[in-house]
Amino acid sequence: MDIFSSLHLSRRRLIGAAVALPFTASVVRAADPSLSFDELYGKFGVLGLEFSDKVKRLAEQEISMKGFMAPPLKAEAQFFVLTEVPMSLCPFCSSDADWPDNIVVVYLLEKQTFVQPRQTIEVRGTLEYGSWTDPDTGFVSLLRIRQAEYFSV
Amino acid sequence: MRTLPAAFAATTILAGAAQATTVYPLDRATILAGSPFDFKVELNKQVKPEDVKITVNGQDYKTVLGGEARFVELEKGKDDKALGSALLLRGLKISAPGAYKVEVAAGDETKSVTWNVYETAGQPKAKNIIFLLGDGLSVAHRTAARIMSKGMTEGKANGRLNMDDLDRMAFVGTSATNAVATDSANTMSAYMTGHKTAVNAIGVYADRTPASLDDPRVETFAEAVRRMTKKSIGIVATAEVEDATPAAVVSHTRNRNDKADVVGMLLGVKPEVLLGGGSAYFLGKEVAGSKRKDNQDYIKLFQDAGYKLATDKNELAANASAEGNLLGLFHTGNMDVTLDREFLKKGTVDKFPNQPGLVAMTKVAIDRLSKNPDGFFLMVEGSSIDKMSHPLDWDRAVVETIEFDQAIGVAREFQKAHPDTLIVVTGDHTHGVSIIGTVDDEKPGTEMREKVGTYAEAGFPNYKDENGDGYPDKIDVSRRLFLSANNGPDHYETFRPKLDGPFVPAVQNEKKEYVANEQYKDVPGAVFVQGNLPKSSESGVHAVDDVVLQSAGPGSEEFHGYLEQSDVYRVLADTFALGAKQTN
Ligand SMILES: [Zn+2]
Repeated sequence: MDIFSSLHLSRRRLIGAAVALPFTASVVRAADPSLSFDELYGKFGVLGLEFSDKVKRLAEQEISMKGFMAPPLKAEAQFFVLTEVPMSLCPFCSSDADWPDNIVVVYLLEKQTFVQPRQTIEVRGTLEYGSWTDPDTGFVSLLRIRQAEYFSV
Repeated sequence: MRTLPAAFAATTILAGAAQATTVYPLDRATILAGSPFDFKVELNKQVKPEDVKITVNGQDYKTVLGGEARFVELEKGKDDKALGSALLLRGLKISAPGAYKVEVAAGDETKSVTWNVYETAGQPKAKNIIFLLGDGLSVAHRTAARIMSKGMTEGKANGRLNMDDLDRMAFVGTSATNAVATDSANTMSAYMTGHKTAVNAIGVYADRTPASLDDPRVETFAEAVRRMTKKSIGIVATAEVEDATPAAVVSHTRNRNDKADVVGMLLGVKPEVLLGGGSAYFLGKEVAGSKRKDNQDYIKLFQDAGYKLATDKNELAANASAEGNLLGLFHTGNMDVTLDREFLKKGTVDKFPNQPGLVAMTKVAIDRLSKNPDGFFLMVEGSSIDKMSHPLDWDRAVVETIEFDQAIGVAREFQKAHPDTLIVVTGDHTHGVSIIGTVDDEKPGTEMREKVGTYAEAGFPNYKDENGDGYPDKIDVSRRLFLSANNGPDHYETFRPKLDGPFVPAVQNEKKEYVANEQYKDVPGAVFVQGNLPKSSESGVHAVDDVVLQSAGPGSEEFHGYLEQSDVYRVLADTFALGAKQTN
C-alpha cells in the first residue's frame, strides 16, 4: 500500500490544522468513524474472543480511536500498544508480554515522540484485524491500526 | 585501624566469588534418592576436555554418577560473549543416600561442592497430600481475614479460620539462590523440587547461558509421584494455570514467562485434574484472545489426550464426579477475584460472568481425585492474595484470603472422612503489610488520616456477616480495618476500599518512572504517599520475612522449628515414601 497517498497527505495536513484550531478539529475528526475499546469484541469466551461486526465492517478503513499508550516494548520500535486504561505491568505477577485482551497495536506512519502513558491520545489510521507477527520483535497482534499517527487530546 | 585491610580483603574475595566455577546442583543441595537431575559444571575459562578432572567422593565421577558428561568447549552469553567451557550430564540418579563431595579441577580453577542425598521412609505415611498455597500469604492477611470474616468482641476473635486449627507448624525461609528476596516461581519450585533456585526459575538451576529452556533440571514433585506411584495429580489455581505457582508443580524453565511452553509441559505430565484461568495460552495464534505465537491448539491436544473440558461454573459442576481427566479453564487470563466475582461484579466479570471460585474448584478436584484407590496429590493455590497485594488493594487481598481459607475447609472436611491425608497450608512469600488499626468515618473532620484510629482509638471494626457465608456483607463499612504497606511506589492513599475495580496505585511516565495514579487524587481525603522503592517499581513488593507453614495429618509431625522451603519437599517425599529403596 502506498503510504504517501494523497488521502494520507491531505489528512495529515488537516490534523496539523486541527491542532492549531481546535474548533475545526472536531469537524474534521467527525469525518473518520471512531471505534471505542468497548466495541472491539462481539463475544468473549474462554475458547476465544470474536471481533465485533463494527470491527469487521471498518476493516481496511480510516478510523480514529482514543486510549492510552502502554510503555513501549522497545524504545526504538515504530509501534506501540494502545490500551483502554493506563497500563502498569508487574514483572513478578505477570510476564512483560502479558497484555490485556483489549489492546490495539499501532504502527506509526513515521516516528513520533512518545507521550506519557497516562495521557489520553487519539490515534488515526487504517484498521486491520487478524493474526500478524511483527517480523522485528515477534510481537503477535490480532488488531492493528496501520499508517497511524496520534496526538494528545 | 587494623580492621581496614581485612575489610578490603573480604571485599576482594567476595568480588572474586561471583566469578567462581559453578557446579549444579549447588553446594549443600539436598537430593531425593533415585530422583533424576542434571549435573552441570560451568568453568570460567575455555579449556580442553582432557584438562578437566572431576571426582565424586575421591573416585572418577563417571563411576559414581553413572555416565559421562557432554563437554561444551565454549558457552556463549548475550551478544556472543565467551563464557568458558562447560560439562553437562542430564538425568542422572543417585540411589545410595549419603554425602557426595564433588571436586572439579581444570587448569587453575577448582571448585568443591557437597550434596546430601537422602532416602525416605520405606512405607508411605499418608495416602493423599493436599498442599494449599496462599500466594503472598502473610500474617496480616490471615489476621485481617479472621477479623473481617468472624468478627471480634472485647479483643477475642468471635470465630476461627480453618487454618487456625491445623496442628503442626514451622517457619519457612523463602530466599532465592541469587537474592535474599524472592518471587513465586523459585519459592514454589523449592517446595516442589527440594532444590532452591533463582528468581523467575522453575524446576531448574539457573545457569549462565541465555536460553531459558536448557538449564539443568531437577525433578518436580508431580514427576516424582508419577515415577514412584500410581497416584493421581491435581492442580487448582485462580491464576492462569501456567502462572508460576501451578507451573512449578510440573515444569522446568529459567523464565516463568515461558507460559506457552509451560502448557506443553502440563500436557507432558497430564495431571488428572487441571483447573484455573489462562486459556489464552491454549489457543492458536489465529484465535482472538490467544497469547501463543504458534498455531498449536492445546485445547484439542488435551481433549485428544482424553481430557473433558469445562469452561464455566455449570460445566465444572456437571463434571464434579465423572471419570477420566478434567481440564477446566474459566478465563483467558487470571480469574477475577472473589470480591469482584461474587459481590461487586467489577474487573472482567461482565466478560466472564460464570467463573467458579476456589472452593468449587477444590471440591470438584477432591471428588474426582479421591476415586483413585492409590490416592492423590492435589495442589491448590489461592493465587490472588498476592495479585491484589502488589497493587496495595488490601480489601481484595483479604477477601481472597477468606476464600482460600474456605478451600482449606473443604480439604479439612475430606480429611475427617479420610484421615490418611496430609494437609499442608503455607504461603510462598510474604508481603510488607500490617494491620495497624481502623479507619472510622464517624470521626470528626474531612481529613481521612485524622480518621485513622490507633491503639485505644482504633476500637473494633463493624463488619457484619448476616447471611453467614463467611464474607462480610459489605467491605465499605463505616469502621474498617486499616492495613498499611511498608513499601510501595508513589501513590494516593484513599483510606477506602476500591469499589470501582482493583487498585492501580502507580502508572509509568515517559521516563519509565512509576508515578502516583492521578485517578485517585480527587477521592475525598486522599493523601499522597511518597514511595520508598526505586521509581521503576510499579507496585508493592514481596517481603523477605519468613512464611508460616501449618499442617495436619500423617507426616505433619516433621514440620517444626525453622525450615528452608526446599526442606518442605523432603517432608512431602517422605510422606509418600518417594525415596524408598526399590526392591526390584
Ligand atoms: Zn507476587
